[in-house]
Amino acid sequence: MSISIPSYLDSIRHRDRVFDFMAPQAGDRLEIKNGCMLYVEDVSVSFDGFKAINNLNLYIDEGELRCIIGPNGAGKTTMMDIITGKTKPDTGSAYFGQKINLLEMSEPEIAQAGIGRKFQKPTVFEEQSVFDNLELAMAGPRGVLPTLFSKLNGEQNDHIEQVMVQIGLQDHSMARSGALSHGQKQWLEIGMLLMQNPKLLLVDEPVAGMTHQEMDRTAELLTSLAGKHSVIVVEHDMDFVRSIAKKVTVLHQGSVLAEGSMDQIQSDARVKEVYLGE
Amino acid sequence: MHTDKQLFDRKSQVFLLVLAVVTVAVLGLNILVPEGSALHVSTYTVTLLGKYLTFALLAIAVDLVWGYMGILSLGHGAFFALGGYAMGMYLMRQIGDRGVYGDPILPDFMVFLDWKELPWFWQGFDMFWFAMIMVVLVPGILAFVFGWLAFRSRVTGVYLSIITQAMTYALMLAFYRNEMGFGGNNGLTDFKDILGFSLQSNSTRLTLFALSAVFLALGYIACRYIVTSKLGRVCMAIRDSEDRTRFIGYRVDKVKLWVFVFSAALAGIAGALYVPQVGIINPNEFSPLNSIELVVWVAIGGRATLYGAVIGAVAVNYAKSYFTVAMPEVWLFALGGLFVLGTLYLPKGIAGLMNRKEAVA
Repeated sequence: MSISIPSYLDSIRHRDRVFDFMAPQAGDRLEIKNGCMLYVEDVSVSFDGFKAINNLNLYIDEGELRCIIGPNGAGKTTMMDIITGKTKPDTGSAYFGQKINLLEMSEPEIAQAGIGRKFQKPTVFEEQSVFDNLELAMAGPRGVLPTLFSKLNGEQNDHIEQVMVQIGLQDHSMARSGALSHGQKQWLEIGMLLMQNPKLLLVDEPVAGMTHQEMDRTAELLTSLAGKHSVIVVEHDMDFVRSIAKKVTVLHQGSVLAEGSMDQIQSDARVKEVYLGE
Repeated sequence: MHTDKQLFDRKSQVFLLVLAVVTVAVLGLNILVPEGSALHVSTYTVTLLGKYLTFALLAIAVDLVWGYMGILSLGHGAFFALGGYAMGMYLMRQIGDRGVYGDPILPDFMVFLDWKELPWFWQGFDMFWFAMIMVVLVPGILAFVFGWLAFRSRVTGVYLSIITQAMTYALMLAFYRNEMGFGGNNGLTDFKDILGFSLQSNSTRLTLFALSAVFLALGYIACRYIVTSKLGRVCMAIRDSEDRTRFIGYRVDKVKLWVFVFSAALAGIAGALYVPQVGIINPNEFSPLNSIELVVWVAIGGRATLYGAVIGAVAVNYAKSYFTVAMPEVWLFALGGLFVLGTLYLPKGIAGLMNRKEAVA
């Protein structure tokens, strides 16, 4: 990429901004919106020339429950990959709170900073029991030696029991998690997120392959989480989105097409065109 | 399924008890039963069994990283050999002026190569404690450097297996060279005594056998401690879904690194117990085939059980001792056949077979 000379000269006139790394980590405008949990700004990423994410801007407030919808290939999963550190964007910035630059951190660091993620395909540790899965996810020291000598205290035990009740798996505590039903695995994964006690939860297609009853329970679970945590839900099922969402973001071709309440979205002509296909 | 969190669960109790009974019985049958009696266990057999026990310890080290953490190391023979060389260097220095050339300091092969003084890396090996530290430290440091590079770059699966194989092969080629200063292809041999006790004497051989059993038990307990701890459950989580483990905040590379280093040190201890019992260490111990063979022991014995690795190591080596005498040309085919049949019909190894019987009963 070439730098035009006038703009380069212009940039070095600002003595405090000669070097990128000397600029303050969080920009000025980030401090305007307080109570904002996640900033994703001007992010672009391409894979082999295909722009998976194109100038994406997304802001999530504290305690908000946000649903993200969009057709296949709209960049929903890539967006989650960027926030959790799995994919590094070509340009743009992603901040967690005002100070934490997500783009400079590894996946475990981001997880420990308080961002939890549930994958599209339920991935629990199949060979281990429900209880052990939750214990592994529990917030706490992650170093090698502390883990080697870790002992559960009563309080932590209670916390695990309590989450098992919350996700409805209290009767399966010692069951091998690989033997759970699809829906139960999804809940276990949400339970693991809760054990991490993250400030922001990214939930990818939580109701895929669920029965209606299971869906209702999941909706209940997710709405009960909002407030204490910020939650981003990526989902295809429109009924489900309508049942939980206050605010919906529509992604299309890697950028935000529309944002607003479900009713606003559904009456938006462009959304109808690209997504609802009406 | 109930979770495996007890350090001394029933199977461990049985395993340790059997190990203790066998060790005491073998020693008793050697010492108390007169030679010539049908029940007498010859010192030759005791040493052979001692060798099996060191292989069993090595197999446990492999099972820890492969069975529990999913790292298929095809280079664990290298850590075993390095531990063996560290012990061998101590034993060489103990020969003193009793060598063929009678040099008080230099081992025979150095005199033969016309070297005038001891290379720097041979310094200190006349002291037992120093050599014993090196037995653990040298394999540990190699594993640390290797693991640090490999795990940080997220090299996994078959790629990791191939580079571990390359590592042990490279070491073999290096140790074959006389200029390396480890005796070239003859290796280190003609040992006389250890801590002043003659290696030929009955009592030293029995003691080495007993020590092998003790270290096998200690190694088993240490590995059991790891796999029943939360760290062990993190290892299994890494084995089953590495990405997921990373996303719940564990530094997968660090966990892998430290468990790998521990396993390498354990393999080094096994090597150090092996060398005084067989009386020689040479670069063949680094041969890639050895590392593959020991993976076969674990596969046949049963992965992720620890005691299965012991059963596999002893069973396959007993078969090897038998075949290489009875039908030497058949052995490699038998080994290959065992691996194929084991994978097809006994995916959980001999230990899996025993568990199935137990579940039926």
